[in-house]
Amino acid sequence: MTFKTLSILTLSTALVACQATEAPKAEADLSYQDTLLTQLIDAKPGDVITIPEGKFEFDRSLSLTVDGVTIRGAGMDKSILSFKNQVQGAEGLLVTASDFTIENLAVEDTVGDAIKVNEGDNITFRNVRTEWTNGPDTKNGAYGLYPVQTTNVLIDGCVAIAAADAGIYVGQSKNVIVRNSRAEYNVAGIEIENTIDADVYDNVTAYNTGGILVFNMPNLTQYGANVRVYNNEVYENNTKNFGHKGTPVASIPAGTGLMVNSHDKIEFFGNKVRDHNTANMIISSIFSANYAESGMEETFDPYPQEIYVYDNEFSGGGDKPDGMDLKALKVAMFGLKGNFPHVLWDGYSDSAVADPKICIQGEGVEVLNADLPNGVKDPSVMTDEFKCDLPKLGAVTLSQGQ
Amino acid sequence: MIYRFVLITFAVLLAACSAQKPTPVFHAADNPAALSEWGVLALSGDRLELGQGVIPYDLNTPLFTDYAHKLRTIWMPEGMSASYREGDVLDFPVGTVISKTFYYPSDGDAVLKRDDLQPVSGAKGLDLRTHRLIETRLLVRRAAGWEPVSYVWNAAQTEAKLTRIGAIVKLTLHESAAETPFAYAVPNINQCAGCHAPNNTTKLMTPIGPKPRYLNRDYNYGGGAMNQLDKLTEAGFLTGSVAEPPKAAIWDDTALSVDARARAYLDMNCAHCHNPAGPADTSGLHLNIENDSAPHLGICKNAVAAGGGTGGRKYDITPGRPDQSITTYRMASTDPGAMMPELGRSLTHKEGVALIEEWIAAMDSVCDQPRAEPQ
Repeated sequence: MTFKTLSILTLSTALVACQATEAPKAEADLSYQDTLLTQLIDAKPGDVITIPEGKFEFDRSLSLTVDGVTIRGAGMDKSILSFKNQVQGAEGLLVTASDFTIENLAVEDTVGDAIKVNEGDNITFRNVRTEWTNGPDTKNGAYGLYPVQTTNVLIDGCVAIAAADAGIYVGQSKNVIVRNSRAEYNVAGIEIENTIDADVYDNVTAYNTGGILVFNMPNLTQYGANVRVYNNEVYENNTKNFGHKGTPVASIPAGTGLMVNSHDKIEFFGNKVRDHNTANMIISSIFSANYAESGMEETFDPYPQEIYVYDNEFSGGGDKPDGMDLKALKVAMFGLKGNFPHVLWDGYSDSAVADPKICIQGEGVEVLNADLPNGVKDPSVMTDEFKCDLPKLGAVTLSQGQ
Repeated sequence: MIYRFVLITFAVLLAACSAQKPTPVFHAADNPAALSEWGVLALSGDRLELGQGVIPYDLNTPLFTDYAHKLRTIWMPEGMSASYREGDVLDFPVGTVISKTFYYPSDGDAVLKRDDLQPVSGAKGLDLRTHRLIETRLLVRRAAGWEPVSYVWNAAQTEAKLTRIGAIVKLTLHESAAETPFAYAVPNINQCAGCHAPNNTTKLMTPIGPKPRYLNRDYNYGGGAMNQLDKLTEAGFLTGSVAEPPKAAIWDDTALSVDARARAYLDMNCAHCHNPAGPADTSGLHLNIENDSAPHLGICKNAVAAGGGTGGRKYDITPGRPDQSITTYRMASTDPGAMMPELGRSLTHKEGVALIEEWIAAMDSVCDQPRAEPQ
């Protein structure tokens, strides 16, 4: 069994979806585009660029290169930047600057990512909505909120809907808080990737393919550690995977609540996680996404270690896993009407490390070792192997304050 | 009477001279509204001419921009010179003005995909009866650093005006019987940094092309071909050049190895972002010519944040299988959300894609079997 089968199934579904013909594009009113482009170009540190109430059309991407700028709308349902007719640019708004705040507005229907911040310190997204208004679709852009290689990042009160990769994606960053936000109908709701020191709390992720993901990918500038995911509501993330084949998230089984991939030093506690068709939690290695080791830098550690799961409420789910292999495994082990345990582990571990320190606590929280490394020859339900404690991680403190 | 005639003749001659050879001006702070105020380029009848002392240059392998041709020039104030840097852009002094004019061979309203009808030389300029000018971009080395200044030519080809927010110019490219309408995008000033700030931490602007390895070639200056680095030295614009500077491959010179041509092509078209300090270091894909790590070159490497850019393919480069490589998919795509480079083209560079396909097809390594395959 691999997670590959299911991504092939997903692709054929996506191809069918892609064949739908589009209505001819109506001429959009672009009159506000030049105004905002000019404001962004002329911006000086300390400026507040105000977006009025209304829906404004753009056909090109926006960019900001000046530190210390705030972009502020009248509300995430009142000031809407629409990129439905975009012909140029890989994102709606690209920011390469520090001390940046964006708040109270929405970015809709970009051809690529909605808002990308590439390198910068002290970055705040507050009450921002990113959405593809047509709902889940492989043709949608990859990321909604996308800070990458940033430090001191606050994502607060935001909403991310229908991204073809992750709604809220924090990559290769340090010192991050994601809170009070809602992600739905994305492939990945919230994804923390190659990030050091992140707190993800008081969020709601529902109706995505996977709810909250903590991933580590090879060949990048830094590897992740110290991520706390707590007090989130994670439920019914059962949407069919509509990610692009070849992207790492395309291998997420639909019906995944929490997911760890090749990442070390993570804590999950106080989360309410329920009704995920595959499993309320998956712990896996990048190998189960079926990538070649020769394409990975030698410094990359593909095995999840030091994962501490405690005091969560897991309920329901595990009864309709995604993909033929997982379905067959479920039936073989638990019967037609049975279900997987709450936690699914692919079984990859580093033979050079005696104890991977994966500690999973909780009444009735069992772990299925799928034994992928041996071709699912000997899958088993484990509990004692994961009964352990780890020292708790510290809270994140942002330079901009809380 | 004779005296008066001489005066008139002299005045006419002067006017002719100044029309043909304006004197360039370094504007240290302001950006004039018209390109002509820089004196780097000037219209003279049906020709676009270079200013006094302005030296044109070409690159061994250029960036692809929708099959546009590019007239590149360098000028420095009297007595100033750049110093040679082996692996980097020449170290240009404050006052340097570099220009790049994007133009097409044309036939009526159509722009043509073809070689230069009349290669520009220092002596002749560009015949505007058979060419259409689109935009002229300047990089000006001011005291605070390089600054981009951008001008768009009007349809009548009589003037180029300053723009900060860029423009979309609707063109139709003719190649034999094929007609391809496309939206030529003049970048806005912020987008200039998308290519010209190859270090995304310092975010410093810089020219990209004028490195020794790309300048090291001959150019026809009118008085005969001469090596460009030698010409810059002779003109007093360059000091410290060496006897044997490095030389990048000319991407379409089939006498050279496919590997050398492909690496030069990727370096020039991708490495301003895809280098270890660049904006695309977030992907871990480093296409700069110095990189010799196979995973960082994309071989058997999974995409990180490609979204629809994967085209359903698994690795940036699947050796031997260009049809299964993300790199060629993104180069061939014209979807703004999937295409690479992200900026600077609306059309596919078919010949460039073919080169990278040939390069990947010739690779004989194999991505090891993923561990998740049943054993």
